[in-house]
Amino acid sequence: MKLTKLTLAAALLGATTLGAQAADLRIALQSDADVLDPDQSRTFVGRIVYTALCDKLVDITPDLEIIPQLATEWSFSEDGKQLTLKLRDDVVFHDGTPFDAAAVAANIDRSQNLQESRRKSELSSVTGVEVLGSHVVRLDLTSPDATLMAQLADRAGMMVSPTAATQAGADFGLNPICSGPYKFKERVAQDRIVLEKFEDYYNADDFHFDTVSYLPIPDTTVRLANLQSGDIDMLERLAATDLAQAESDAGIQVASAVSLGYQGITINVANGDKADNPWGKDKRLRQALSLSLDREAINQVVFNGAFAAGNQPFPPTSPWYSKDFPVPARDVEQAKALLAEAGFPDGIDLEVQVPNTTIPLQLMQVVQSMASEAGIRISLVSKEFATLLSDQTAGDYTASQIGWSGRVDPDGNIHQFMTTDAGLNDSKYSNAKVDALLNTARTSNDQQVRKESYNAARAILNDEAPIVYLYHQTWIWALDSAISGFTPYPDGMIRLKGMKKEDG
Amino acid sequence: MLSFILRRVVIAIPTIILISIFVFTLQKLLPGDPVLAMAGEERDPQVLEFLREKYRLNDPIPVQYFTWIGNALRGDLGISLRTNQPVLELIAQKLPVTIQLAAMAMIFALLIGIPAGIFSAVKKGTIVDYIANVVALSGLSIPNFWLGIMLILLVSVKWKLLPASGYVPLSEDPVRSITVMIMPAFVLGTALAATLMRHTRSAMLGVLNSDYVRTARAKGLVERRVILKHAFRNALTPIVTLTALLFGELIAGAVLTEQIFTIPGFGKLVVDAVFNRDYAVVQGIVLVTAVGFIFMNLLADVAYVLLNPRLRKQ
Repeated sequence: MKLTKLTLAAALLGATTLGAQAADLRIALQSDADVLDPDQSRTFVGRIVYTALCDKLVDITPDLEIIPQLATEWSFSEDGKQLTLKLRDDVVFHDGTPFDAAAVAANIDRSQNLQESRRKSELSSVTGVEVLGSHVVRLDLTSPDATLMAQLADRAGMMVSPTAATQAGADFGLNPICSGPYKFKERVAQDRIVLEKFEDYYNADDFHFDTVSYLPIPDTTVRLANLQSGDIDMLERLAATDLAQAESDAGIQVASAVSLGYQGITINVANGDKADNPWGKDKRLRQALSLSLDREAINQVVFNGAFAAGNQPFPPTSPWYSKDFPVPARDVEQAKALLAEAGFPDGIDLEVQVPNTTIPLQLMQVVQSMASEAGIRISLVSKEFATLLSDQTAGDYTASQIGWSGRVDPDGNIHQFMTTDAGLNDSKYSNAKVDALLNTARTSNDQQVRKESYNAARAILNDEAPIVYLYHQTWIWALDSAISGFTPYPDGMIRLKGMKKEDG
Repeated sequence: MLSFILRRVVIAIPTIILISIFVFTLQKLLPGDPVLAMAGEERDPQVLEFLREKYRLNDPIPVQYFTWIGNALRGDLGISLRTNQPVLELIAQKLPVTIQLAAMAMIFALLIGIPAGIFSAVKKGTIVDYIANVVALSGLSIPNFWLGIMLILLVSVKWKLLPASGYVPLSEDPVRSITVMIMPAFVLGTALAATLMRHTRSAMLGVLNSDYVRTARAKGLVERRVILKHAFRNALTPIVTLTALLFGELIAGAVLTEQIFTIPGFGKLVVDAVFNRDYAVVQGIVLVTAVGFIFMNLLADVAYVLLNPRLRKQ
C-alpha cells in the first residue's frame, strides 16, 4: 500500500516535472530579427527579442513613464549636465560576469565607439562616464538632454557582458550575452531564435517559461492560422482585417495598444532638383492635399477602424499631441479653393512613391481617390522598399509614402525629421524657428517648457506641411486564451514578466 | 562511363563561372543601396560609410567579383550583411531542409504523375483519361500559395490533423520532420505531378503505337508486361530529363511554399536576402543552386545511359 502511494506520488511528481519541462512559449514575429547585438541592431523584431534577453538601465510603463530596471534610482544635477544612476547589486550577466558601475561604463563606451555601433547619435550628449562606487555611476553631458532617459530605456541602455563583448568584438551578435531573464540558446536564421530561462536572474520567479521561441512568419494569414492550429502561443501584428476572425475564435484573445509611430506622406521641399516643383514650393498645395483626405474614413476602409487617424507625429492619445490642431475634417471645397489660389484651378498632378506591399498600396489607392475629388491627380509609383528608401534619401522623389516606428520620447518622432540637415530629414525642410523650438524641447527637463515648444513647432509645421500625417498604427497581438498576464505596451514590445500558460 | 562523367564535369565549370558573373553583375544593377537597406531607420552616415568600406562595397565591381570568387574558391562565401552569420553556415543550415522538401515533393509528383500518365495513355479517350487530365490541369492551375493556405486552414486549423508549421530537422525527430513536410511537399508536388503526367502520357502514346509493342502483343505477352516492361521503359528517357529539369522548378516553387509553411529553407533565405540586398547571401545561394542543378542534369545524363544501352556504345 505504502509502495503504491509512493509510486503514485512519484508518477505525479514525474508528470508535473514533465509539464514544467514542456513550458515553451512560442511567439510568431512578422519578420526575422537582424544581428542580435543591441549596439548594432536596427529592427523592431530584434527589440522584441531583447526584451527577454537584455535588461536595460531603465524601462517604461504602458503610460511611458520611466521606471527602474537595472538602475534603481537616478537624478539629474541642478544644471542638468550630470546624471547619476544607482545600480542593482544582485545582477550577473549570463556568462557569470557581475554587473556593476564599471560594466555600465564599458557599455556606454562600446555604444559610442564600436565602429559598427548604431547607438552613437542616441548617446551623443554623453561626454564621459565616471564610476563613483561599485554600483554608482555618473554620466556627464554636453548639455541637458531630455531624451536621455528614454534612450536608456531602449537599446542604448541595454547592458551586454563586457567580458563577452571584448572577446567577440563586432561578432557579439552571433552569441549575445546580456543580463535579462532569458539567455541565448540558439538561432536558425529565418526559422527560430530560442532563449532559455536564466536561473540566476534576480527576479527569476516572475518568469514562468523555461524557453521562449521567436518564430518569423511573414504572412499575416499564416500567422493567425498557426495560432488557431495551436502551433504557436501568440503572435504580434495581427492584420486589422483579420481582427474579426480572431475575435470570433473562442480559443484566441486579442490585445492592442496604439503605437508610438506614424504613417504619412513626406513631400520633397528642398532635397535636390526634384523639389523644384509646385508641391515643393507652395505650402497651399500640401495643405490642400491634407484637407482633401478623410482620415477617419481611411482608417475604416483600410484598417477596419482598428488604427487611429492622425495628423501629427504623436498619436492623439499622447500627452504631446497638440490639442490646438485636432485631426481635420475633410473639406474638399476648401482644398479646391487653395488649389485655385495657388494657380491650379483645374487641378494638379502629384506623383507619390509607395512601397509595393499590400497595405501601403491599399492606403494610397484610397488617398488617390479622395484627393482626385479635390482635383489632385495622384499617380502612384510602387517601389520595392530598399529602392524607395534609396530614392527618398537621394531626393529622387516628389512625395513618398513612408512612416516611422516611433520612440518613447517625443523628440525621436520629430527632431531628426524636421530640423535643418538632420539625419532623417529627407524632405530637407528647414526653418530656423522650428530648429530653435525643437532644440529647446530637446534640452529642457521641464515638461511644461517642452510641451509649449512642441505646440509652437506644430503651429508652424501644420501650416507648412512638409509631412502630411495620415494615421497611427495600432499594435495588435493575438494570444492563445490559455495565456495570462500579458500587458500591451505602446512600444509594441512583449514583456514576459508574469506571463503564464494555464494547462489544458 | 567515367570519361563520360569527367567530360560533363569539365563542361560544367565554365557554365558555373558564367552564372556567377551574371548573378554578381545583375545584383549590382539592382537599385537600392545594401547598406542603406540594412540601416532601416538608423542611418548614421559615418557608420554607413564604415560598413561600405568594411564589406568592400566601394571597390569597382570587377574587383569585388574577384575578391568574392577568390574567397569562394577557398570555401569562404562571406558573411550575411544582415545577421553577421557566415553564408556557408546559413547554406549548410538550409540546404538539407530544401533537399528534404524537394525530395518529398518529387516523391508525391512521381507517385501521382507517372501512374496517372500511364493510365491516361493506355485508356486514351475514356473517362479515366479525362479525369486524369482534369486533375493534372487543376494541379497546374491552382496557385501554390492558395492551395497552401487552404490546406493549412482545413487540415491544421479545422481538422487538426497535421501541424501548420514548426519544422525540425530529420536527424532530430524524423517522424515530426516528415509530418510537418507532408503538406508543403504535397503542394509543391501537385504542380510537378501535372507536368509529369502530361509528359508521361504523350511519351507513352508515342511508344504504344510503335512496332515492337505490337510485336510484344503479338507474342501474346500479358498486357501489364507489355505496358510496364516494353512500353514504359522506353518512354522513360524523356521523363528522366524532365524530372531533372523539374528540380530547378522545385527550387523556384519552394520559395513560395516555404514562405507559407514557414519552412526554413533556401527559398525563404533567398527572398529575404534579395529584399535586404544581402549580396553575399544571394550570391552564395545562386552558386550552390547552380552547382546543384548542373549535378542533377549530370545524374540524368548518366541515367539515360543506364536506361538506353544504345547510348553506351556512342
